[in-house]
Amino acid sequence: MSTETDELQKLADEEYKYGFVTDIESEALPPGLSEDVIRLISSKKREPEWMLEWRLKAYHQWMKMKEPDWAFVTYPKIDYQDIVYYSAPKSKSDGPQSLDEIDPELLETYKKLGIPLEEQEVLAGVAVDAVFDSVSVATTFREKLGEQGIIFCPMSEALQEHPDLVRKYLGSVVPYSDNFFAALNSAVFSDGSFCYIPKGVRCPMELSTYFRINAAKTGQFERTLIVADEGSYVSYLEGCTAPMRDENQLHAAVVELVALKDATIKYSTIQNWYPGDDEGVGGIYNFVTKRGKCLGANSRISWTQVETGSAITWKYPSCILIGDNSKGEFYSVALTKKRQQADTGTKMIHIGKNTRSNIVSKGISAGHGQNTYRGLGKINKNAKNARNYTQCDSMLIGSECGAHTFPYIEIGNSTAHMEHEASTSKIGEDQIFYCQQRGLSAEDAVSMIVNGFCKEVFKELPMEFAVEAQKLLAVNLEGSVG
Amino acid sequence: MLEIRNLHVSAEGKEILRGIDLKVNPGEVHSIMGPNGSGKSTLAHVLSGREGYEITAGEVDFKGQDLLDMKPEERAREGVFLAFQYPVEIPGVNNTYFLRAALNAIRRHRGEEELDAMEFLRLARSKAKLLKMDQSLLSRPVNEGFSGGEKKRNEIFQMSILEPTLGILDETDSGLDIDALKIVSEGVNALRSPERAFVIVTHYQRLLEYIVPDFVHVLDRGRIVKSGDKTLALELEKRGYSWLREEAGEAQPVA
Repeated sequence: MSTETDELQKLADEEYKYGFVTDIESEALPPGLSEDVIRLISSKKREPEWMLEWRLKAYHQWMKMKEPDWAFVTYPKIDYQDIVYYSAPKSKSDGPQSLDEIDPELLETYKKLGIPLEEQEVLAGVAVDAVFDSVSVATTFREKLGEQGIIFCPMSEALQEHPDLVRKYLGSVVPYSDNFFAALNSAVFSDGSFCYIPKGVRCPMELSTYFRINAAKTGQFERTLIVADEGSYVSYLEGCTAPMRDENQLHAAVVELVALKDATIKYSTIQNWYPGDDEGVGGIYNFVTKRGKCLGANSRISWTQVETGSAITWKYPSCILIGDNSKGEFYSVALTKKRQQADTGTKMIHIGKNTRSNIVSKGISAGHGQNTYRGLGKINKNAKNARNYTQCDSMLIGSECGAHTFPYIEIGNSTAHMEHEASTSKIGEDQIFYCQQRGLSAEDAVSMIVNGFCKEVFKELPMEFAVEAQKLLAVNLEGSVG
Repeated sequence: MLEIRNLHVSAEGKEILRGIDLKVNPGEVHSIMGPNGSGKSTLAHVLSGREGYEITAGEVDFKGQDLLDMKPEERAREGVFLAFQYPVEIPGVNNTYFLRAALNAIRRHRGEEELDAMEFLRLARSKAKLLKMDQSLLSRPVNEGFSGGEKKRNEIFQMSILEPTLGILDETDSGLDIDALKIVSEGVNALRSPERAFVIVTHYQRLLEYIVPDFVHVLDRGRIVKSGDKTLALELEKRGYSWLREEAGEAQPVA
């Protein structure tokens, strides 16, 4: 085998660096799903009656639904009765009031993940709503945001304190009957983040949530709802990791975004769940429904995602462009290595006039990874002068991996303007040699070339996040440097 | 500095270099000429460590080290620089960023301190000026969208920053108009020094009017069939390559 191929092999085999388990007492239900479990979850959270009813409706809907099988992924059948649907770290009765009250070991976990809360509070000005397993354990900067009327809190708390707002928008973008995993999430979601930006307010800092699945055999079903009222702006960051375990874990989240007139929501994700080992044992099943509604005129929703983890990713952050002149964007980097499979992309549904959408997807496949882009551009008959631009590029590293593209286009009127560009390239031995001839190692060369390939997406990320994304790609591809 | 002894190289089962002997001392400029397919570029590639070649016999000594045993990046860090015939594009990677990473990799290897972004930018700007290179090329992605001439100039620009001890130029003159050729040659001449040597692979004598070599070697069918000084290049220009083959054929009948 050539040395370059050796290098590439080594890079593709890079170990998962976040595979530690935190040993804290957690309070969990036995595995299995039933009406009783849902009632219990709801009552543990002292939810209003309508919430319980909604969950139960979702549950009954889910019972009637079939797991989708159209994605370009394969996995053994999931036993939904073998999953734990609620697990919360044991904490003092009313939950922590400040960081001092948080389990030190939990804080240590966050430190290993590279998000020292205290430091972030002081230095970075990032308000973090940290979700550990199913319950939010720390929310920072609440007061400061509160001064401007911004609500940023765990979903469970929002249900207590802002029930009307939640009720108005929850399920308005992703109804509980939307799909199999969304229905499951609606029935059992245990927490997540709620965010409301009032009229005309520009959120003064990036809002951020870190998710981490810790307990074994635990499904994570967080639910996020962001509402940007007229003329407001918010940038929201989400990062995810999970410990290394042999069995697969299910992550079926739902994220709903609502942008009213002249509002902008930027939603950025860095996903680094445990991908499983070389043989494809273990790893997260990441079956997520993310969708945004540009409800008002001139509103804008922008999804940026960097997906490097998970055994299987099934995820299509989408935009429904209802308001005239509204704009939807999707910028994605998806890396699959080892035995990872990703079927990801977006849907842009144009309903209002002069609506625009922009899609840039970068897929990188290494090892035995399989990477699929699946995207829908749909222009309704009343969406006059709608425009869509799609660019989807794939890069292959090594010869055992695969890249696939499934674009769907539905056009309902003759004024629509659609462009689609796609490319597939193999990372060039020429490029690697060129870098080596200038003194760079093959590892550094691959990392540099891949980062260059992803640049158009990274530039959409907030600065610190872009740096983190680059590092993450480097870690995933490069092997430990130095 | 560089000593090649009895070098035999095959690619895809076909023998391309069939016993090369060449000694290059510091300060010297050697030109390798020869008809198409004679093995000129193969020699440049093998010296810089490109994959896809099989060394079937011979050895190459570079500053007392076994060059053929070193990885390409190790050769680069030790001072071997190849100016590519076809410089490679790296989309999305900023030219300055790329070159600073390269220079710092070399400096680390030498135990020198790395340059920070500002220091490097100052260096890059001054070198770019010398080569009359458009400053905007510094911030564009490596070679992407560069014209043929800009790519070649960028190679010499990189060489002037990395300051190698052995510069190998692989048909750097191909695709250059006369003005660009002059500028590139000036760049190379500015780098000539008693410590530094060059191996210049070229098909035409034209380049050698500007970069005057100390030695000219003619490569034909994988062997150096004649060596001489710069006048040999002029003779080749007049008479072509075929007379050499006849001469060689008389002296050494094919077995």
